[in-house]
Amino acid sequence: MVDSFRHAGQPLCPHPSAVAGLVVLSLLGLLALFAPVIAPYDPFALSGNAMLAPPGPDHWLGADQLGRDLLSRLLYGARISFHVAVLSVGFALGIGTLAGGIAGYVGGWIDQVVSRCVDVLFSIPDILLALAIMAALGPTLNHLVLAIGIVYTPIFARIARGAVLDLRHADYIEAARSIGSSPAAILYRHVLPGILGPLVVQTTLSFAFAILTEAALSFLGLGVEPDQPSWGILLNQGKDLMERAWWIAVFPGLAITLTVFCFNLVGDGLRDALDPRVRAEKRA
Amino acid sequence: MIFYIARRLLLAIPVLFGISLVAFALVRLVPGDTATVMLGMQYTEARGEQIRAEMGLDQPVPVQYAIWLSRALSGDLGQSGFTGQPVTRALRERLPVTLQLASSAVLFALVMALPLGMMAAVNRGRWPDHLAMTVGVAGLSVPNFWLGILLILLFARTLGWAPSGGFIHLFEDPVGNLRTMILPAFALGLAVAAVLIRTMRASMLDVLGQEYLRMARAKGCGPLRLYGVHAFRNALVPVLTVLGIQVGYLLGGSVVIESVFGLPGIGLLALEAIRNRDYVLLQGVIVFVGTAFLLINLTVDLLYAWVNPQIRYG
Repeated sequence: MVDSFRHAGQPLCPHPSAVAGLVVLSLLGLLALFAPVIAPYDPFALSGNAMLAPPGPDHWLGADQLGRDLLSRLLYGARISFHVAVLSVGFALGIGTLAGGIAGYVGGWIDQVVSRCVDVLFSIPDILLALAIMAALGPTLNHLVLAIGIVYTPIFARIARGAVLDLRHADYIEAARSIGSSPAAILYRHVLPGILGPLVVQTTLSFAFAILTEAALSFLGLGVEPDQPSWGILLNQGKDLMERAWWIAVFPGLAITLTVFCFNLVGDGLRDALDPRVRAEKRA
Repeated sequence: MIFYIARRLLLAIPVLFGISLVAFALVRLVPGDTATVMLGMQYTEARGEQIRAEMGLDQPVPVQYAIWLSRALSGDLGQSGFTGQPVTRALRERLPVTLQLASSAVLFALVMALPLGMMAAVNRGRWPDHLAMTVGVAGLSVPNFWLGILLILLFARTLGWAPSGGFIHLFEDPVGNLRTMILPAFALGLAVAAVLIRTMRASMLDVLGQEYLRMARAKGCGPLRLYGVHAFRNALVPVLTVLGIQVGYLLGGSVVIESVFGLPGIGLLALEAIRNRDYVLLQGVIVFVGTAFLLINLTVDLLYAWVNPQIRYG
């Protein structure tokens, strides 16, 4: 398993754009983590003097219609985006890999049931399914994590199932089976390391989709609670003031775009790095 | 081929059943029962009982599902709890807007992606390739609702070239219709274009490495005919398959884009259903969109199997 991770990390070096993406993401992650220390103002503090203040020395990215500092709100918004992305993709990765892995390894009716469930979830567009779940459960941060997690579970299940089906009859798996290893031990020790590559790539790309979905749901008023400074909510609040205060909608949009762009760069770099065909092409 | 079609159709049945189950279950997850939600402040015990009896909500849940499903199979998805309009009529009225939005977005995506993807593959490793791939990643990264807002600010409010929202029917005023559709189609189509650029590039690179193209080149075939006819036609098949998969994104994305541009399509209908807590209507939208998406993907799969025998005999 450790070898697989080493293998996944090492070949990113020849992909400067992916490395740049990783550096920017690490920086954004640190900014989000230390937002309470870095943020120049309380993101919820109203200020009558700063209403719609343009970007300047007092408020680097300007202030909103209630005088709240936009930079501070963006930093706290990053915490929400990263929180939702990590937890929802973690949920999807865990449940999807487990279900897909078992379905691919065991086969039979379990495979049929899991595959049909995956087909059903794939048949309802992401945003619509997430919206419907949020409409049923109500807009809270935990429900948002659950909704996005459910939406992205099938892709992990499908990847894990496909990869396990490919590996199921590999010689080393047959050997492990013949010496009496239990199915759980085979799945964990031998199959999981073999499917790690595609899962790592999908996880990285799913972070990007999760951030976009969170922002879209919050923009539509069905994401986090409306008083939270989510990037999607900031955009929604800024859209009607674009002509008077462009910064309220422009900076949150840039923050989403930059974060998603970096995740996509890293995901693409990892995909190229872990694809044996691309590796062979580069060696040639 | 007939066996393959029959197998795919049979596999679609449990999926359709599953979509109906998800739609039904989601509405049952709403806190409080449907009658309370529908009546809101006008709720009285007697009126609530009447609604429950009318909708079969006083029956056990499996019976409720069976009643709802049998009605849905006969084309009756119930009545909107907010407007009283039959759900199927609401869907029929809104469908043309979403269809036009999605098809305009596809058209835009194809017009942008095919030449860019081809140019990237032909100039692999050079600046046109880097440019196309940057557009490919950037297009996937820009939130479509933010792009929509920026387009409204620039082209509608500042330059006045297009309206900032609303919809004019194609048959009422074709030019006006085009003006209302151009910005939403661009905002929705950019991400699809990004995916197609990458697919077209990869597909062209595959095709360009094949023997028959080397032979054509050796025989003195000019670049226009070589790339534009021989390579392009064969590279198109994977692009069309990926386009089929993107239909889900287009249907989902239309919810957001229709909201930004005020287009009265199915996406906006879903949002109105959620805002009005009109769960019968939301249920109908999920079943309709899910079924449409499934049928489109099925059609794409069958077409792909038709042109590629390896799939149906695989």
